Amino acid sequence: MTLDVARIRKDFPILDRQVRDGQPLVYLDSANTSQKPRQVIERLDDFYERHNANIHRASHQLGEEATAAYEGARIKAAGFIGARDETEVVFTKNISEGINLVAYAMGNATAGQSGGSGSGRFRLGPGDEIVITEMEHHSNIVPWQLLCERTGATLRWFGVTDDGQLDLAQAGDLITERTKLVALAHQSNVLGTINPVREIADRAHAAGALVLVDAAQSVPHMPVDVQGLGADFLGFTSHKMCGPTGIGVLWGRRELLEEMPPFLGGGEMIESVWMDHSTFAPPPHKFEAGTMPIAEAAGLDAAIDYLTDVGLDAVRAHERDLIGYALDALGTVPGLRVLGPADPATRGAAISFTLEDVHPHDISQVLDEHGVAVRAGHHCAWPLHRRYGIQASTRASFYLYNTRAEVDALVDGIGQAQRFFGGD
Amino acid sequence: MRLESLYQEVILDHYRHPHHKGLREPYDAEVHHVNPLCGDEVTLRVTLKDATGEPVVADVSYDALGCSISQASASVMSELIIGKTVPEAMGLAEEFLRLMQSKGQLEPDEEILGDGVAFAGVAKYPARIKCALLGWMAWKDATAQALEEQK
Repeated sequence: MTLDVARIRKDFPILDRQVRDGQPLVYLDSANTSQKPRQVIERLDDFYERHNANIHRASHQLGEEATAAYEGARIKAAGFIGARDETEVVFTKNISEGINLVAYAMGNATAGQSGGSGSGRFRLGPGDEIVITEMEHHSNIVPWQLLCERTGATLRWFGVTDDGQLDLAQAGDLITERTKLVALAHQSNVLGTINPVREIADRAHAAGALVLVDAAQSVPHMPVDVQGLGADFLGFTSHKMCGPTGIGVLWGRRELLEEMPPFLGGGEMIESVWMDHSTFAPPPHKFEAGTMPIAEAAGLDAAIDYLTDVGLDAVRAHERDLIGYALDALGTVPGLRVLGPADPATRGAAISFTLEDVHPHDISQVLDEHGVAVRAGHHCAWPLHRRYGIQASTRASFYLYNTRAEVDALVDGIGQAQRFFGGD
Repeated sequence: MRLESLYQEVILDHYRHPHHKGLREPYDAEVHHVNPLCGDEVTLRVTLKDATGEPVVADVSYDALGCSISQASASVMSELIIGKTVPEAMGLAEEFLRLMQSKGQLEPDEEILGDGVAFAGVAKYPARIKCALLGWMAWKDATAQALEEQK
């Protein structure tokens, strides 16, 4: 399967833009947020121009149409990741909220709340352990730190090796009968490393622990199947996969979502309310309090259609080619060090690097002046940067619309930065 | 081109050859500030003396890890405020902050800000303003602590 980049680029109006006084935009920041194809933008317009209403409770035609759009997106998302059915798909505002949902449900279970049937496996206390990894995004670190503080459980983590892999030699020590949950990224947002989720999930399940997968960086770029990964929970976010901001997905096994106490309380998540207590709707609605991002759900639906039409195998193959090309090109730059795996087969489309004597902020500023958009900083993975003894890095991240010529523009811009800051 | 208006030669000079860098003893207060956006950090010490009844900035020493803007700004700042009275130095900090918040609309006064005027271009880049302010904010914090100590 090959991908016609020239044709794809025509779908993304923003790629025609010029920035910084007439430079063509070279957008290499898709791991931060992706650009949006016309098909998604038009779906948002269409929703607001023709179908806008609140969902589930509006007893009129527009309400029916809006509900169909929202629930249709749920069915689409369920099929996209191989969920058993759409009741396993909870809409959230982003993946951070999805991870927090699980963490707070566990905290609430610890405080004695129940989701209906027994919620014992979500209760935590001293002696229980949550296992994460050193390469996590802050959104898969901080919620667990807070949960451990609230419950007295202990947070532990996999270290990473010098070449950007999880140190699996630690697995036997880390994953034990004390482990309640293992939370890890499918693909690192800094290193690009694609983690062996299945292997870790099998170990976790053998120890009786649950597995949460942060798939924010993988779902946009490759076929992802929740059953194949062996996950119990998996989260991703729309805005990194050609969809609008403001909506994400938390997938969870149905029996787990049933047992879990709710996270946010409010309208639409209840079954019945009295002044002194309430009962709750079945999942997924139990976790969707208040008016949800309805138009955004329609936009996500269009984004999934778009990626499905292009084919995620083709997206992955295209990005693999770009990564290989970029790693080779970056390898020729003196003083440049790429973080993470050297083999394009084991890494995704984010490449972070440091440059001797030029700070990432200064590199990104020079690149920006040439129209090349990258990200500089710790990319919300501060502990990982500390692990490698660096403050910050520059990250170029690629997507289906990027080209080899854009890699050349990146490498050229890095050379300009070196010349600009290298003089004395 | 625009790059030169941001990275003026003065800034690059201070970046390559920072003044007053390195942590020195003795000191009255030490702070550690980070820029949570990018991870840049500065450890900064101040020494005040109180010769004429008004506290004077006797020394500012620092160790900083960060981009050219944050490094150069700390260097320019220490150059500007060492030897000034605390109220004078606070006035300079206010003036520099005003420049940074001006969105590039303010013509800075070299009589007042010295090499600090070179940062006028930074004010046009919202993402970089915090870099330029990192050292100044650390100094204000350290000085407030030192004054508190002396009470």
